[in-house]
Amino acid sequence: MRRAARIVLAAIFVLMLGANVFAPYGYERQFREEAAAPPTRAHPLGTDAVGRDRFSRLLYGGRISILLAPAAALVSVAIALLAGLSAALLGAAWARVVSAAIDLFLSLPWLFLLLAVRGLLPLNVSPGVSISVTFALLGLLGWPGPARVMMAAAGRQSRSDYVLLARAGGESGWRVAVRHILPNLAPITLAQFWTTAPAFLLTEANLSLLGLGISEPMPSWGNLLRELQNVAALPREPALLVPLLLLVATLSCCQLARAADEVSI
Amino acid sequence: MRILALLLVSVLGAGRAGAQWGGELKLALHSEPRTLNPAMVDDDASETVRYLTGGVLVRVNRLTQQPEPALARSWKILDGGKTYRFQLREGLSFSDGTPFTADDVVYTIEVLMDPGLHSPVGDSLRTGLGSVLASAEGPYAVAIRFPAPLAGGVKLFDQVAIESRRSPLKEAAVLGPFHAAERKPGAFIRLERNPQYWKTESGRRLPYLDSVRLDILQSRDVELMRFRRGELHLISSLDPDQFEELSREMPGLARDAGPALENEFLWFNMSPSAPLAAHEKEWFGSRNFRLAVSHAIRRDDLCRVVYHGHAIPGVGPFPAVNLFWFNRKLAPHAFDLDLAKRLLLEDGFHPEGGKLQDRAGHAVEFSLVTNAGNKARERIAAMLQQDLAALGIRLNVVTLDFPSLLERIGKTMQYESCLLGLNNGDVDPDSQMNVWLSSSSNHAWNPRQASPATPWEAEIDRLMKAQASEAVAARRKALFDRVQEIVWEQAPIIYVLNRNALVAVAQPLGNVRPSVLAPRVIWNIDEIYLAGTR
Repeated sequence: MRRAARIVLAAIFVLMLGANVFAPYGYERQFREEAAAPPTRAHPLGTDAVGRDRFSRLLYGGRISILLAPAAALVSVAIALLAGLSAALLGAAWARVVSAAIDLFLSLPWLFLLLAVRGLLPLNVSPGVSISVTFALLGLLGWPGPARVMMAAAGRQSRSDYVLLARAGGESGWRVAVRHILPNLAPITLAQFWTTAPAFLLTEANLSLLGLGISEPMPSWGNLLRELQNVAALPREPALLVPLLLLVATLSCCQLARAADEVSI
Repeated sequence: MRILALLLVSVLGAGRAGAQWGGELKLALHSEPRTLNPAMVDDDASETVRYLTGGVLVRVNRLTQQPEPALARSWKILDGGKTYRFQLREGLSFSDGTPFTADDVVYTIEVLMDPGLHSPVGDSLRTGLGSVLASAEGPYAVAIRFPAPLAGGVKLFDQVAIESRRSPLKEAAVLGPFHAAERKPGAFIRLERNPQYWKTESGRRLPYLDSVRLDILQSRDVELMRFRRGELHLISSLDPDQFEELSREMPGLARDAGPALENEFLWFNMSPSAPLAAHEKEWFGSRNFRLAVSHAIRRDDLCRVVYHGHAIPGVGPFPAVNLFWFNRKLAPHAFDLDLAKRLLLEDGFHPEGGKLQDRAGHAVEFSLVTNAGNKARERIAAMLQQDLAALGIRLNVVTLDFPSLLERIGKTMQYESCLLGLNNGDVDPDSQMNVWLSSSSNHAWNPRQASPATPWEAEIDRLMKAQASEAVAARRKALFDRVQEIVWEQAPIIYVLNRNALVAVAQPLGNVRPSVLAPRVIWNIDEIYLAGTR
């Protein structure tokens, strides 16, 4: 199962990363005479409301979502790891500060915060910059959840016998952290990464559903999913479901791969 | 005997052309009405309730766009448009039985002009410095005197619901076809027929309907779903996707009433205080640049692709459906890339490696803000992106939540261009004074000017003020025609398209004649009947 999941994931990655090769058209090209057309040989998934090839947009959109969601997850998990480790090593007072910061960030209304930050950004930026900013924000704001888990795990490790022994042997705090605690946190860090990356993928989809994610004409899985809002059109245009199916397939494969990782740890 | 009884029932039960009496009409409001006080109406939902309950001196026929007698049997305009004398119908009563007289009209004007009330309706009747005075000239004659000619004319009285001075129910006593009977905030308002309503059919008091239930439904998707289920009888505004879906699913129920006054347009930020680079200010201030953008837009494509043909290319502030005020000499800026390129060249713009550059070598790239969540508008923006790319212009589309958008375009001026639409419910240019006067905060491209920034804005100011104090309709029309010409020539606002009025009407509704003017389907509510249940 793990192997199959990884093969499917790899295939999706190759397709998306090679969008320039596999996509028949540019993601922004409009075939206005064929707007909202059903699937044909020229457009295997049909065209969207302004005549853009859905298949091409799915590939290009996937490339953005698949590359940037893990990148943002990496940022979040790195911050979480740093917070967790420092809380475990720098004493009870600092641990309380970190814990309060986590609680504060968890209680923040994310959506409004993102709305406010998006509102403050300069408008005249290219879609590429806008995408990077969106995911950077997700990365910077998404650390508290993983940090809480990391903090607990790092705390447990710091109180373990082998750490006490290392400290008794005269090793400095950060050396203990890097040489002893960090390797033992690797499995949990990986698990947090696998949980956070799909969550960001869905968050971007939600932001796009609100019109606040990636701007036109750049596609992402999020803004492709917006077409599903027109539920009544689904029986007539089942191709609208393809981005959703692909998203579900990707997330499922991520979960399978993660479960396999956890078992193998 | 049984046949005689059946005949009697059919005669009593039917009005004109098979109309039936009774039943409850169900429709949706998209927000909670802020007020049921007709003098304080300032939102669409309250406006709908006022239309259904309020009795007015004059009612504008939404098809002919002409005023027709209502509570006033006739009227005269005197003193060059400063005095309106109304002769009222006799023997009418408010819904609670209180007799209606000229004193009630005087009272209504007093209420509207009360400086402590700040009535939006009253504001529309203020024509200049000085008071608006009403005086009874007999029990059924009233004169209303204005300090300056009332430019909007007698049509303005279409929104003045008459209140009773003597009724203990005050504004709840009405002269319209229905009166408010039940209200559950956030859920519904139920109106019942006014037993004293003045209009009759075959000797019986209208309206045909017993009641109207107005459900508060913010979601248009839910509204459509409930219409499909037969839980609502009509929808007064469908988006083009909904219209297409409904036409396929329930042919005949979705109706296109034709081009409405609602338009989509874009403009550039031309405010000198805007935090924009100097070269951008120079672009947006260039008439040739604005016209080039306008000529690069494929309006026919936008109407066909985004609105499935239920829209027409935009010309100016009003479309041709505004029978009197539209300037028929004007046509939409035609799609003409060669002309657009020539105009740009004249101002020093030139293509460089597929990109347009200005005289100083700056690549022409700017953002277009619009509100998030409006699918049609986002599609228009995506298509504009491709249209302008043909000139080498890079357009960055930014969707913002509405409060952020308003903050930028109204206060901070931190934007370059904006795409928005206007639901223009009024056919009279007076309703657009706040858009065209350079001193206005709604003068989109450069608001709150101490003095007009350009000669053509000064001329628009002069023309708009002149038409506002001109009583002769033909002369007003000539003045506003010139305003439309200046807007067409200078393109401070680039009109993209006018949406059609798309409505849905269930089968059992009779006497329905949808209009492109608000309130579209129910404008002749007292004549509408239900022919059974679906």
